[in-house]
This record gives sequence, C-alpha cells and structure tokens, in this order.
Amino acid sequence: METLTFADALANLSMMAPEIWQACKETALMLVIGLAAAFCFGGPLGFLLYLTQPGQIFAHRIVNGVLGWLVNLVRSFPFIILMVSLVPLTRILVGSTIGPVAAAVPLSFAAIPYFARLVEQTLREVPRGVVEAAEAMGASPLQIITKVLLVEARSGLISGVTILTISFLSYSAVAGVVGGGGIGDLAIRYGYYRFQTEVMIAMVLLLVLIVQIIQFVGNRLAARLDKR
Amino acid sequence: MIHLQNVRKRYRRPDGGWFEAVASTSLSIGAGEIFGLIGYSGAGKSTLMRLINLLERPDEGSVIVDTQDLTGLSARELRRARQNIGMVFQQFNLLANRTVAGNVAFPLEIAGWSKGDIEKRVAECLEVVGLTDRAGHYPAQLSGGQKQRVGIARALAPNPKVILADEATSALDPKTTQSILDCLQDINRRFGVTVVVVTHEMNVVRSICQRAAVLDAGRVVEVLDIVDGRIEAESELARSLLEAA
Repeated sequence: METLTFADALANLSMMAPEIWQACKETALMLVIGLAAAFCFGGPLGFLLYLTQPGQIFAHRIVNGVLGWLVNLVRSFPFIILMVSLVPLTRILVGSTIGPVAAAVPLSFAAIPYFARLVEQTLREVPRGVVEAAEAMGASPLQIITKVLLVEARSGLISGVTILTISFLSYSAVAGVVGGGGIGDLAIRYGYYRFQTEVMIAMVLLLVLIVQIIQFVGNRLAARLDKR
Repeated sequence: MIHLQNVRKRYRRPDGGWFEAVASTSLSIGAGEIFGLIGYSGAGKSTLMRLINLLERPDEGSVIVDTQDLTGLSARELRRARQNIGMVFQQFNLLANRTVAGNVAFPLEIAGWSKGDIEKRVAECLEVVGLTDRAGHYPAQLSGGQKQRVGIARALAPNPKVILADEATSALDPKTTQSILDCLQDINRRFGVTVVVVTHEMNVVRSICQRAAVLDAGRVVEVLDIVDGRIEAESELARSLLEAA
C-alpha cells in the first residue's frame, strides 16, 4: 500500500466534504429527535420519579416503585441490543429501519429514562425546606414545579442536558453503523472498511471538537444561571 | 386568633411502635399576641407549630385560625388559608436563584397579585425590614441576619394575620438574634400581626413574648405570663429553662 502524504489526505477529505456535511446533518437530526424525546417524556418522567418519592408532594410508594423499575429495565439494555430489539417498533413508527429518523427511535427510547434519572437526581439537590416554604405560602403543586423546582434546579438541569447530549452523540455513532448514517457511520465505512485512516482521524477530531464545544457552552450556561 | 383543640399527632417509628409528637393538646393564642412555644429538643414544639398551618395534619382535633377550621378545608381552600399565615424558618429557606425582591414577591405571585401591586408591596416590606438597598442581591450575597430579614419580609408580604417563626434566630449570633427579634416585635406592633415563635431559648421568650407554652414530651406543661421581662415559673421544666438562659 502506498503511503499517503498529508497533502493527499487533505485533498481526499476536501473531496469528501459534501459527504461529511451530509453525515453531520444526519448526526444532528438523530440528536435533535433523541433530545426532544428526552425533554418531552424523560423530563416529566424525572419530575414524577422525584415527586412520588416518600416525603415529596405526590408521595406514592407504588407509582414510584413501578416507574423506577421501568426506568431501570430500559436502562439495563446495552444500547446495541435495545436497538435490535426495537426494530419491529421502528418499522411500525417510521416505516423503515434505515436512515437517521429510524435510528432516532431507539435513541429516543434510551434517552428518555437516562434523562429522567438525571432530572430526578438534580431535583433531589433542591433543599426540602425551600419546597416546604412554598407549601406553607399556599403554592399549588404546579407552582411548586414551575416556580421552585425548575428555578432552583435550572443550573443542574443544564448540566444534565450537557451530559445527555454528549452521551447521545456517542450513542448516535452506534446507531449510525446499523443504518442510521451520521458521523460515526462515515468513520466506519471509509476509515475502517476502506482503510482510509485519514477519514477516521478527521471524524474523531470532529467529534472531539463538537464535544468540547457542547461542554463549554453547557458549563458557561450552568454557571451563569447558578446564583447559589 | 389561633385555637388548637385537642390536637394530637403521632408518627410511626421504624420499630413499628408509635412516637407521640403532640399528645392531645389545646391551646388558644389571642389576636395581636406574641406567643412562645418553648421546650428542649424533641418536646414537640415545632410539630405543634406546624399543626397551625397544617404542614402537619393532626390525627385528631381541630385547628382554627381566624375563625376558620383548617382541618375541614379542601386542598384549594387550604392553600388560600395558608396565604394568611406567614412562616419564617431557621434555615431561611429562600430561593437561591431569585433576588431579595424576587423572594419577597414570591408569595404575592402565588396569591395572584398584579405586577404593579407586587412591586409596591415588595418595596414596602423591604423598607420594614431595612433591606431596601439589597433588593437586587441574591441570598448568597447576604449575611445570615439579612437572609432572615428577607424571610420575614417574605412572610409579611401578603398581609398575613399570623406569622409563625420556627427557631428563626437559632442559626444566628446573639447580636443578630436581638435585631431579628426586634424586627418581629416591630411588625407585631405596627401591623397587629399575631406572632408565634418556637424556640429553645428562654431569652427569646423573655425578650418579645407576652405568653409562652412550655412543652415536654408533646404536652403543654405550663403557660407562662411574661410581664416586663419577668417570668414566674411554677414547673420544674420551666425553671430549668430559665436557669439555662
């Protein structure tokens, strides 16, 4: 095999620019759908997990136990196995099992309980006394959620979203390989199967950059919102 | 103003037995009074206070505040009634992510006041506790005494008939304690708010209370009258609390 100069590698990569851009869009689409599902379903689920704990405003042993068990159940699946077992559901929901939208189904499934636990854990850090003070002032459960818990936990919730995003950037690469597309898929197809190491390196560097940016933005935002 | 009638509160112990936090107790607190609940740790004084705004629901008996029996109210009615009962906490329990003004505004937002009214009332209450210049600060930027002043302004904001102070000075040094007690007394005198203070320190009782119930093992042992800072104690418990002071 001939050795590749740095200039050749760059030339190859620049030729692939449209494909790389396409892969970025696919990854972004998977992430957006997965994170949206996490917010819409995982967020409320996290609140419910917290609020049904003993001593909280909706304390309910059975509901809390069942929810906790379900969350643990989904979270016990290794992601690759969850993905394969959800193939029939994906086909029903999306009509196909390939492409970023199809890959977003198992991603969403994994993201919901993951985010729910992050939310639950963050809410636990809100001092019980502050919630109690709101109760003593005559706040309704909805007011306690929107005016106390969300406000007091907002910085922790942003950190949770940061963790979730970075984890699922990595999960999306796995989902990509089995037909989802995206950056991870591109890296495997060219960098591994076609021995184009420069593609692999470029994709990894790209991911490193994206992760650094997400973490930086997350940290800045969390710090700005934290007045404690 | 406040009538507790044969209230009783028990808790399940981990071993399956019962812990009697408040044994069947009756107590009446008059309008405009500063009333103390004093006793050692575990005497049931905090539980008794928390029965007044139903943060703890009594197993038996009724809780009447401002002629309304709170134990018979629906959840919505109870929330309305609670807006009439302010509460001040040992650990302040302020919202860390809201400014001083935001914290004082909080109970008013809950009660559905208009923006303009809230702004006006917040300014008034901060004036009362002497924190006008700290309105834009966050609780983390305040001293303990200032935090408690915010707590008092917050409790005062919705024009309550009653303010409950649960060990409100126990996290503060003696000098700050006195200024917080003065602040409570000032509010009592100027606005006629009935104040109930829970404390383990006889000095607090002596300093601002007109009457005080001495508690032990969930029972009222004696109700003390405080006249010009002098306390005539009959029970052994009250005397030991006096000596400790």
